[in-house]
Amino acid sequence: MAVELYSEDFDPWALVARAERDIPAEARGAASVFVGRMRDFNEDDTVTGLFLEHYPGMTERELERIVAEAESRWPLLGCLIAHRVGDVRPGDALVLVATWSAHRIAARDACSDILERLKHEAPFWKRERLADGSDRWVEKNTPGF
Amino acid sequence: MTVTVHYFARLREELGRADETAELPTESISVGDLWRHLHGDAPPERLMVAVNQEQAALDTVVRDGDEVAYFPPVTGG
Repeated sequence: MAVELYSEDFDPWALVARAERDIPAEARGAASVFVGRMRDFNEDDTVTGLFLEHYPGMTERELERIVAEAESRWPLLGCLIAHRVGDVRPGDALVLVATWSAHRIAARDACSDILERLKHEAPFWKRERLADGSDRWVEKNTPGF
Repeated sequence: MTVTVHYFARLREELGRADETAELPTESISVGDLWRHLHGDAPPERLMVAVNQEQAALDTVVRDGDEVAYFPPVTGG
């Protein structure tokens, strides 16, 4: 189980491969992985960059709490959250949630639950840089997409 | 009592500061009343709060040495 924050671009698939090495292959019947990347558009505007602010200390604690609650609800063999902070460019990975379990429902439901809780509870804030050079804070995550 | 206060994101920019220390003559205060003491008005709508780096509410009680944070809705992921 791991929670990791990155201030520079990270390779989510390398992190998945690394985490899998700690879980016996014959036990982990199911893996569920979500990778979120920065788009170059939002609300019909071209976005050229993103600044991700966080609350050092609390952000990690909140993510660890979210993982612990998922572990208490589903029989997980492994769980990894990676999240970017600081200045981000379009195409960079923003978030990785990966879960492993013996069976698909636990892996898939836990992955989905962790992601939604992260988006609504973990202290991160996005500020977008637009093509005209102006900045704006993102007021809310896109619901239901 | 002495309380450390943090602000984040749009709130930090609007207030023009990220941190401050509050000195109060009482032994405890609610998170909402601490905001009124510091800013002279009611807490803004949709304000999120934390005490000692854990999610809290406006009626959560703050005591000497606590760390309080005020921030807008989160937008990670």
